[in-house]
Amino acid sequence: MAWFSLSPEEWDAVRLSLKVAGVAMVASLPPGIAIAMVLARKEFWGKSLLNGLVHLPLVLPPVVTGYVLLLTFGRRGPVGSFLAENFGLVFSFRWTGAALACAVMGFPLMVRAIRLSIEAVDRKLEDAAATMGASPSWVFATVTLPLILPGIIAGMILCFAKAMGEFGATITFVSNIPGETQTLPSAIYTYTQVPGGDAHALRLTAVSVVISLGALLVSEFFARRVGTRVAQ
Amino acid sequence: MTLSVSLKHRFADLTLEVAFQGSGRLTALFGPSGCGKTSVINAIAGLLRPDRATITLDGTTFADDGAGTWLPPHCRRVGYVFQDSRLLPHLTVKQNLRYGRWFTAPAERYADEASVVALLGLSPLLDRKPAHLSGGEKQRVAIGRALLQSPRLLLMDEPLASLDEARKLEILPYVERLRDEVKVPIVYVSHTLSEVARLATDVVLMAKGRVAGAGSVRDVLPQLAQAGDELAQDAGVLLDARFKDFDAANELTTLASPAGDVRVAGRLATPGGQCRVHIRAADVMLATTRPQEISALNIFEGEVTAITELPGAALEVRIRTGSCFLSSRITRFSASRLGIAPGKPVFAVVKTMQVRPPGR
Repeated sequence: MAWFSLSPEEWDAVRLSLKVAGVAMVASLPPGIAIAMVLARKEFWGKSLLNGLVHLPLVLPPVVTGYVLLLTFGRRGPVGSFLAENFGLVFSFRWTGAALACAVMGFPLMVRAIRLSIEAVDRKLEDAAATMGASPSWVFATVTLPLILPGIIAGMILCFAKAMGEFGATITFVSNIPGETQTLPSAIYTYTQVPGGDAHALRLTAVSVVISLGALLVSEFFARRVGTRVAQ
Repeated sequence: MTLSVSLKHRFADLTLEVAFQGSGRLTALFGPSGCGKTSVINAIAGLLRPDRATITLDGTTFADDGAGTWLPPHCRRVGYVFQDSRLLPHLTVKQNLRYGRWFTAPAERYADEASVVALLGLSPLLDRKPAHLSGGEKQRVAIGRALLQSPRLLLMDEPLASLDEARKLEILPYVERLRDEVKVPIVYVSHTLSEVARLATDVVLMAKGRVAGAGSVRDVLPQLAQAGDELAQDAGVLLDARFKDFDAANELTTLASPAGDVRVAGRLATPGGQCRVHIRAADVMLATTRPQEISALNIFEGEVTAITELPGAALEVRIRTGSCFLSSRITRFSASRLGIAPGKPVFAVVKTMQVRPPGR
């Protein structure tokens, strides 16, 4: 097992990847649920436009998404400079930027999973809850939310998995700085580019497989638990 | 309790234009499928917002066209028992029962959980999930859930329609107890005459989106003849009867009714007990002299008070007998042959086998 002990740099990449993916997943959850609700339930002018915008990162080359992020959220970008001046929130060449890029890339997958589960909710149940005195926000909290929990978990896992594997947008937006923005895929890519890096790349690949498999198993476990709770 | 409803709504295939007042303990909205009954109670509950609506319950305005008022459903405190029960699948029976109570202000709670659970026989079900309940059990839980929110009005939308005969007979007595023991007024939607005849104190008769008749159940049931073919088959009168005697040797029950004694096959009610019997107009024969040598045991002496023309070959004749009325449907041909006219004394003949309590 000696070959499997990770070097400090490799550990950094693993830790950073988990942090970036975790933050991306958690931060995109509230807007993800909100947008999914709007897309599933509301009819309004420009709905297809919003839908298109949400799904755009899915069809654009990731490098394009990363470059657009750099233009808008970079130091001199309109949104980036505003956030840096007023809130001290800097994205460019920081791990926060990596998290932003991962969140944007994972967002369509999350919204899609949650939207499907919202559309599957029997609205008659919500009507029934309303006749029992629950206001719309209580109906959402006590009926809709519990019923769409499997979809939310699926969406979170998809977003997390996408974030773990995100490469193109991240490297374009925040580059490949060890310890700051070098996530697992960037680290693997870097090791494959230097002589004698094969063993490092292989180890990190194994770690990737373990993490992804773990995430899948965990989501399966939660989905089943919630599924039986909702169904029975 | 006075419920006043006046609404107008255009659907793609039906224009609903309904106005009625209800103040009975159980007001039945009765009519054929697709005549807009459910839309009316959905509007009362606030789930359907009609084009125009004015709805008040006692002093509270649910909807008022003039003032532009529309109270959202969660502010109405109207209990609703749906045809498909709609229990919340992620909660246990107990959690379902307590759901509405939680949203009711403590000062307005009057329903007591222990007595509702006892009334509906729910105690063995409390820890189960809705998916593990039978259809009849689900409906009982749905009724309990609506009661426990301490509603000012209880709406029931064909609560028995999705159940088989055995389950219906399981639920019916609970609805009767609800009507007689719980003080909440009920609006009950049904297209089944036997249910209405057994349960209702008042009836609003609906046909094709309009009110075709309204009043107490005894006044409205004879009007069914005009409500269309599907229902006309079952038109007739209801008699509130008391047990008088049971002839064990011949298996015959004698009941004392406002029309006089009625003999019914089988054991019906017990000494001191009451029951309703339904006599369909199509089952009543008329004779101008007292029939002798006839198998029918129920012969009521009376006088013709009114004659209503029906589509086709038939007439509906109203006969005063004792302190009430009977309806008879006979052919126009027979009526003219016997010289049936208002004021004429007649004998109304009903076969014993045709006298039944509603719902059998």
